[in-house]
Amino acid sequence: MSMNNQGRPSSAGIVQNNELPTISGDRGLDHEENLIFELGRDGMCGVDFDDVEVSDARLGGMRRRKPIGLPGLSEPEVVRHYVRFSRKNYAIDSGLYPLGSCTMKHNPRLNEKMARVPGFGDIHPLQPQQTVQGALQLVSDLMKWLTTLTGMPAVAMSPKAGAHGELCGLLAIRAALEARGEKRKRVLVPESAHGTNPATAKFAGFTVDEIPATDDGHVDADVLRAKLGPDVAAIMLTNPNTCGLFERRIIEIADAVHEAGAYFYCDGANFNAIAGRVRPGDLGVDAMHINLHKTFSTPHGGGGPGAGPVVLSEALAPFAPLPLLVHDQNGFRLIEDELNLPEGAKPFGRMCAFHGQMGMFVRALTYMLSHGADGVRQASEDAVLSANYILASLKDVMSAPFEGPCMHEALFDDSFLEGTGVTTLDFAKAMIDEGYHPMTMYFPLVVHGAMLIEPTESESKESVDNFIHVLRGLAEEAKAGKTARFKDAPRFAPRRRLDETGAARNPILRWTPKDLPQAAE
Amino acid sequence: MSEVRYTDQHEWISLDGEIATVGITKYAAEQLGDVVFVELPEAGRKVGTGGEAAVVESVKAASEIYAPIGGEVTEGNPALDADPASVNADPEGAGWFFKMKISDKSEFEKLMTREKYDAFVEGL
Amino acid sequence: MRYLPLTPNDREQMLAKIGAKDIDALFRDVPKAAVVGREAFDLPDTQGEMDVDRALTRMAAKNVAAGSVPFFCGAGAYRHHIPASVDHLIQRSEFLTSYTPYQPEIAQGTLQYLFEFQTQVALLTGMEVANASLYDGSTATAEGVLMAQRVTKRAKAILSGGLHPHYSAAVETVANLSGQVVRAPTIPGRADDIAAMIDDETACVVVQSPDVFGMIHDLRPIAEAAHAKGALLIAIVTEAVSLGLLESPGAQGADIVAAEGQSIGNGLNFGGPYVGLFATRQKYLRQMPGRLTGETVDAEGKRGYVLTLSTREQHIRRDKATSNICTNSGLCCLAFTIHLSLLGEEGFSRLARLNHARASALADALTKVKGVSLVTPSFFNEFTVKLPKPAINVVDALAAKGIIAGVPAARLMPGNADAENLLIVAATETNTKDDCDALAKALAEAVA
Repeated sequence: MSMNNQGRPSSAGIVQNNELPTISGDRGLDHEENLIFELGRDGMCGVDFDDVEVSDARLGGMRRRKPIGLPGLSEPEVVRHYVRFSRKNYAIDSGLYPLGSCTMKHNPRLNEKMARVPGFGDIHPLQPQQTVQGALQLVSDLMKWLTTLTGMPAVAMSPKAGAHGELCGLLAIRAALEARGEKRKRVLVPESAHGTNPATAKFAGFTVDEIPATDDGHVDADVLRAKLGPDVAAIMLTNPNTCGLFERRIIEIADAVHEAGAYFYCDGANFNAIAGRVRPGDLGVDAMHINLHKTFSTPHGGGGPGAGPVVLSEALAPFAPLPLLVHDQNGFRLIEDELNLPEGAKPFGRMCAFHGQMGMFVRALTYMLSHGADGVRQASEDAVLSANYILASLKDVMSAPFEGPCMHEALFDDSFLEGTGVTTLDFAKAMIDEGYHPMTMYFPLVVHGAMLIEPTESESKESVDNFIHVLRGLAEEAKAGKTARFKDAPRFAPRRRLDETGAARNPILRWTPKDLPQAAE
Repeated sequence: MSEVRYTDQHEWISLDGEIATVGITKYAAEQLGDVVFVELPEAGRKVGTGGEAAVVESVKAASEIYAPIGGEVTEGNPALDADPASVNADPEGAGWFFKMKISDKSEFEKLMTREKYDAFVEGL
Repeated sequence: MRYLPLTPNDREQMLAKIGAKDIDALFRDVPKAAVVGREAFDLPDTQGEMDVDRALTRMAAKNVAAGSVPFFCGAGAYRHHIPASVDHLIQRSEFLTSYTPYQPEIAQGTLQYLFEFQTQVALLTGMEVANASLYDGSTATAEGVLMAQRVTKRAKAILSGGLHPHYSAAVETVANLSGQVVRAPTIPGRADDIAAMIDDETACVVVQSPDVFGMIHDLRPIAEAAHAKGALLIAIVTEAVSLGLLESPGAQGADIVAAEGQSIGNGLNFGGPYVGLFATRQKYLRQMPGRLTGETVDAEGKRGYVLTLSTREQHIRRDKATSNICTNSGLCCLAFTIHLSLLGEEGFSRLARLNHARASALADALTKVKGVSLVTPSFFNEFTVKLPKPAINVVDALAAKGIIAGVPAARLMPGNADAENLLIVAATETNTKDDCDALAKALAEAVA
């Protein structure tokens, strides 16, 4: 069997809480809140509108016969319910969020305001195009920003998230190969890659061939070169890579890839390190997705929605998926089908209904206009500066597997915890008690017990200094054998450690009334 | 009395006549952590030597189990569906994965004995 | 720059601590040939909030907002009233600016609403389990087809002619890679004979109801025919509010339901972001794509929630994952969940009846216009009428008069001669009687 030694403890264990319990079960501002299905009363409703009866005449005999089972609540009850939920979440707005490879930067509220202007938020994707010229102009402007910042000639706007963008890029590569009459099967992916890369390559019909990393955290360019051949369709490389380093030999790699007749897909997850300073087009990239929710601060929203436009090289541009946006004397026009294609366009198909994540486009363009090209550049520099400052300030007490300078994230491993009995997971959970969201743990896989810290440009020096102070303190405590604060952590969160093993062994994925047999079982 | 052999992929295989029982070793079970699910092959499936035969999942990892010897699967362990934890509790007993009718007994002889396997694990 | 807290002095101090001469030293791994300056970017400089607001507001003013005119577009995106509290709540910092709940102890808010969302979706669709959402209805449909191919180990997917053409195209993009997608002919206003197309190689049939023309279909005979051949029925719903009045796909025998959830809690947004609903039978759980939230207990024995069964997903399985999906549609799920919680059983059912009543009245008014006939004998809040001239011309003419009349079928199925004169019209609770009268009057003039 193939072993994954990065597994971490997933059972909660049992801890004794010696606090005097409250009568309510609540703890000050921390209210226990039941599920919405356990609240409410039949017949109650939090929205008022006309109650009309309708006949069955036009329902094709398909009228619903049984109630759905939704609870009824008034508006104040619903508002309180979700406000209480919100208070159980950590957020960028409330604290530094150092999740490596996630770029948790400030989300300006102007972005939210602009996305809600009715001229953007209240327009339909299929209303006549002459009534949405401003929206198409916005998309066009954003396309200009994306192609200019990346130094690439074209961009496909419809992918709905980073992984969707990866798929779009690989399908364009597939189409380009087919147009050349070639059927290449292999995609090279470094072992340090995000899991989406191999998953996408497989999804797009390729086989995955892993490339090892060198001891200094870079992709092994020599192995890569040796693996190139007439059956290699593409490489998927993250740059800066997931170890937080810029791939020094990137241009040489790109040249070798092109020489072998393959294409270079770059995972743009870490674009925030280089935006405004380095253009991926100058590095020989053929396709790269841009996570608008990372680099351009459309909010992460608890895990989405994202947006993943893909910039494309001259070689791949003709294969961009529908819809296409063109501009002529009559204004902007969306090409939505294969019947009226501009010259040279050979779209590989369609990624999704409609035209992409417009709501995210408005937010991203608002961010770009606010920053300007100079501000984008400054943001990248500050992000890199803060990460290096953290690396420099912690490498004597924590262990950094690779020599700096790093890019916008600082990577540590767990060797400084060796023999302490404290694991990366324990260390991360202790950070929660200190008021911080933990860093990315156990990724990238090429480092043991990895801790990947990305402060972003949004933190003041004071904020970063406080963070460093806390991490130094924790590292020193762990090494001094004072492990109590780690083993029981978190103690001050709405929940103690949760039993993930129990959740997976006996999946309960929905609420069911207690007196009914568990429908989900 | 059946014979037991081991692989460098941390599987054990116990042979009784031409029927082999396959599972993962105590070492592997410890490395995986709490097992939450085992995907077993259906009876009648033919697998070649080294072919993927099962998947064992913990919360944070999923690992393929390869057939140490080629043959035809005769049954998966019916108890694992309800109680995947038995892989942790008794990996080399009640936590067996599947039984198969092997095609070539000489392959069995080539696998590691307990002694050799223990030395192999020691060296990891 | 108002978003960047570091001062020049801070930067100096930080560089000194690092031991770097200047910021360029930190970028020393970048090949010289690829280092560019500010001048390499033909883009504007930093602007203040007022300037950005002004520029974008001007751009927005060039668009006709749906709420500003009589508005009847549907075909996969619907304009509904969203209670003010929904948008207020989803903008709370703790929801808006949090990440995927990978640290469950400090993400119970997100996890608990996702658990509620999964329950709501399962209830609405009449299925046993639902995931924590996919990107949108079209990508959920594509994922459903791939899942059916995995479950049945068969290649062929048959798409109903009534499936939204964008959905069909999205399915073809991914499902043709390893399988084969067959589209049934499109016959507006009729059930296609998809049951006869199912054979022993068929993984699934994909049927939308109400279909792209608004017509309601009985899925039960299709489910029976599919199951008889060992194939799955994937039911597609693009207007989630219809589930308040119509029989659920689960009750009709669907094995997978993929739906667009935009109608509940989410604005039109020119096509995205929306929220893909995905539900299935318990027995197919481990083949289901996307994130899942599960109930568990913490170390003190208190009920809590975690992401679970993640071994199906890309960050663990990598090239063996059920899907490459990484994000879900978190904040859109939250809007969906809050809106549905406000509505409740009573409100949701009332909303659905109101939609059908508005559409029925509008269909009556439009079919009184000479030369206009109803194509879809049954419908929920959207129907198709046949006009005496090409619908695109009529829609353009009405748009010039400030009425957005609906979606010309030809925009979705270009080259289909049967579609040329068809207009797909949606009416929801947001359409007043005046709106409907205005449309009927303008349509009469346009086709006269």
